[in-house]
Amino acid sequence: MRHTLVVLMEDKPGVLSRVAGLFRRRNFNIESLTVGHSETPGISRMTVVVSGDDAMVEQVSKQLYKLIHVTKVVDVTNEPAVFRELALVKVHVPANSRGEIMQLVDIFRAKAVDVGTDSLMIEITGQEDKIDSLIALLRPFGIKEMVRTGRVAMVRGLAGSNGRSGTKRET
Amino acid sequence: MKLTGAQMVWESLVREGVDTVFGISGGAVIHLYDALPDYPIRHVLMRHEQAAAHAADGYARASGKVGVCLATSGPGATNLVTGIATAMMDSSPIVAITGQVATPFIGKDAFQEVDITGITQPITKHNYLVTDIAELPQALREAFYLARTGRPGPVLVDIAKDVQAARGEFVYPDEPSLPGYRPTVAGNPRQIAQAAALINAAQQPVILAGRGVILAGAEQSLRELAERAGIPVATTLLGIGTLPETHPLSLGMAGMHGEAYTNLAIQEADLLIAIGMRFDDRVTGAVHRFAPKAKIIHIDIDPAEIGKNVPVDLPIVGDAEQVLRSLLPSIEPAAHPAWLQRIQEWRAQSAERDILSQPHQALVPQFVVRTLWEATRGQALMVSDVGQNQMWEAQYYLHDRPRGLISSGGLGTMGFALPAAIGAQLAQPEAMVWVTVGDGGFQMNIQELATVVQERLPLKIAILNNGFLGMVRQWQEMFFGRRYSGTPLLGPDFVKVAEAYGIPGLRVSQPEEVAPAIAEAMAQPGPALIDFRIAQEENVYPMVEPGAALSEMIRRPNGKDHAPAEVGAREEAG
Repeated sequence: MRHTLVVLMEDKPGVLSRVAGLFRRRNFNIESLTVGHSETPGISRMTVVVSGDDAMVEQVSKQLYKLIHVTKVVDVTNEPAVFRELALVKVHVPANSRGEIMQLVDIFRAKAVDVGTDSLMIEITGQEDKIDSLIALLRPFGIKEMVRTGRVAMVRGLAGSNGRSGTKRET
Repeated sequence: MKLTGAQMVWESLVREGVDTVFGISGGAVIHLYDALPDYPIRHVLMRHEQAAAHAADGYARASGKVGVCLATSGPGATNLVTGIATAMMDSSPIVAITGQVATPFIGKDAFQEVDITGITQPITKHNYLVTDIAELPQALREAFYLARTGRPGPVLVDIAKDVQAARGEFVYPDEPSLPGYRPTVAGNPRQIAQAAALINAAQQPVILAGRGVILAGAEQSLRELAERAGIPVATTLLGIGTLPETHPLSLGMAGMHGEAYTNLAIQEADLLIAIGMRFDDRVTGAVHRFAPKAKIIHIDIDPAEIGKNVPVDLPIVGDAEQVLRSLLPSIEPAAHPAWLQRIQEWRAQSAERDILSQPHQALVPQFVVRTLWEATRGQALMVSDVGQNQMWEAQYYLHDRPRGLISSGGLGTMGFALPAAIGAQLAQPEAMVWVTVGDGGFQMNIQELATVVQERLPLKIAILNNGFLGMVRQWQEMFFGRRYSGTPLLGPDFVKVAEAYGIPGLRVSQPEEVAPAIAEAMAQPGPALIDFRIAQEENVYPMVEPGAALSEMIRRPNGKDHAPAEVGAREEAG
C-alpha cells in the first residue's frame, strides 16, 4: 500500500542526500519525493510517497527520525488531508485540434500557460488520478514534454502535520 | 579568546575530556599537528589510519569514553572507513577528525581531495564538513554529544585546511543545537508495568542481553533482575560478561556458535527478555522460527530496532539501566527450579560432548583459550579478532570482568584486534590485555606491532595459527565439499616477525607447552607474542547453519578428536 509521509527537517547542506541515501541503502521504495520551504525559516518540508506494508513504513519513519536533521515525521495516509500534485504538459497541437484540447483543459480546470503555433503548455493541479486522466486524454495528440512535481500533502483543519498541535513525536 | 581553527580543535577536545588521540599526520592536518604539542593530549602515532579508527574504538569500548582518531584528507580519510563502519555496527562512540583540502579547492578534484562526508554518510551517526571557522566549535560540541548519547556511534568532522589556519573567536557552546535529536531514555511506565506482569507470570523465562547493557552501565541491574526472578541470562557476542560467565545463571553466548543448551533454552523459553540487542541474524538463526514459544519483551534505546528483524510483543524504548531500574521494584522473587533443572541437563550433555572432555593429542585451540582463561583467572581484558579465533575465545574464555571482551561483532572486521587492543590498553593501563587472533586477521594489521613497541604497551598476543582463513575453510568443509578455494594461507615466521619489532616471540605446538608459554609471556614486563600452531582443520561447534533454526545445530561428531565434520549431520534437538 502507498503511504504519504510528511517530513520536517532542518535546512542544512546535504540533508536531501542523507534522506535519499537512507531510502536507497535501506531498500525502501520511493514513488515520489518533493521538498521545499515550510512556514518556518530554516525548516524544509518534504512529502514522500512510499510503497510497502505497515511494518515497512514504520521502519521508514523510524529510520528517518534517526537522521539528526529530521525533526518530525508524520504518516498522513489515513488523515483527512489534501493531496496535490502539479504537472506541466507540452502538447503538439495542430491548429485544427486546438479547440478540442482547450475543451479538455476547461473540463479539468487546467490552464493553458503557453501557446505556440503548433504547441500548447498546460498546467494542471490536482490529485494524481486526475492528472493521469488528463495525460491519457492528451497522449493521442502527442505529448512532447512533461514534468510532474510529485505529491504534496497537508492535513485539514487546525491539527497540522507540522508539529504545532495535535500530533506528537512518536518514540 | 582568539584562536586558530587548529587550536580550537584541541581546546574543544580538552573540554570534552579527551586525553588520547590516535592518528597519522598529513598535509591537510599539518596545522592540527603543529598546534598539538601545546595541549595535554597524548598522540598515538599509528601505522595505518584503519588502525587509528580501531584503536579509538578499542579505547572507547574499554573506557566508556569517546575515542578520537585523526587522519589527513583523501587516502587518510578513506583508510578510516572500515574502522568507522566497525564502530557504527557496534554502537561505539568515536569522533573521527579529518583534514579536508582548503575551501577554494573543494569540488575541484584537488590533490588528496575526497568527499569523506559523502562517503561516510551511511556509516556515521552524523557527520560535519566545516568550511567556516565560526561553525567549528559548535560542530565539535555536537559531534561529541551525538557520539556518546542515545545509541552511541561514530561522528566524523571534516575540517577544511584553511579553516584550521584561520583565526576566530572561540566560545565553546554549553549546549548542542540539535532540535531533531531527542533520544528517549526513560521507558514508558505502562509498558514497564506490563513487562513486570509478563516476567512475574513466566514459567520458562530467558534474558538475552546485548551490548546495550554495557553501554548503559546496567550490569548490576541486570544481575538483580536475573537473581531476583531466577532468570537465566544468555548474551550476544558483544553482551558477553554483562553477567559474570561463572555465575550459575549465565548461559553464555547464544546464536550461530552458541552452546547447544543456550540456544535450546531460547527456543524453549516462554518469555524472552531482550535487552540492548538487535536480533542480528547471527543471533536469531532462521528468524521466523526464533524463540517460537516465547512472548518477547524488547528493551532498546533505538526505536528503529523495535520490530526491525523480529516482531515483539512488548517494546520498551529507553536506556537499559533506566528501564531496568524502573522495572525492578515490580519484580517478584522467583526461582523456576524445574526450568533451570532442564537447562542444567542440556548443559551436562553439552559438557560431555565438549572437545575438552574427550581425549585429544593435537594442540586444539579450545585448549589454548581455556588454558589462557585459567592462567589469567578470567580477569584479562580480552580483545579478539574475527573468525574461528573469535568464536573459540567467546566459548572457552569465561568473562567475569565487565567490559572484559572487545571484539568486532556487527561488521566482523578482520584485523580489528591488534589496533583495538592498543586503544584498550591505553584506556586501561593497569589491565592485563590479551589479543587472540588468527594468522589471517593478524596479517591485516600486523604493522601495528611497531605502535605497540613505540608506545611501550605490555600487550600479550596469542596467534591461533592454523594456516587457513579458518572460518571460511570450515564453511567450505561443511557446505562446499572441502574445496579449499582461496583459504590456505602462507604466513611468515611470526616469532621472527615479533623479534624484528623487538617483541619476544614464542612458538607452541604441543599441548604441554601451552601453560608454560603463557606464563612466560605474562612474566614479560613488556609485550609478548605466542604463535600457537593449532590443529589445522579444527572446527567451531556447535554451528547453526545459515537458514536453520537455533535448535537445528550441527554438533561436534561424538567421540572423535579433531575429525572433519560429518556433512549434514544435523540434529533436531529439544
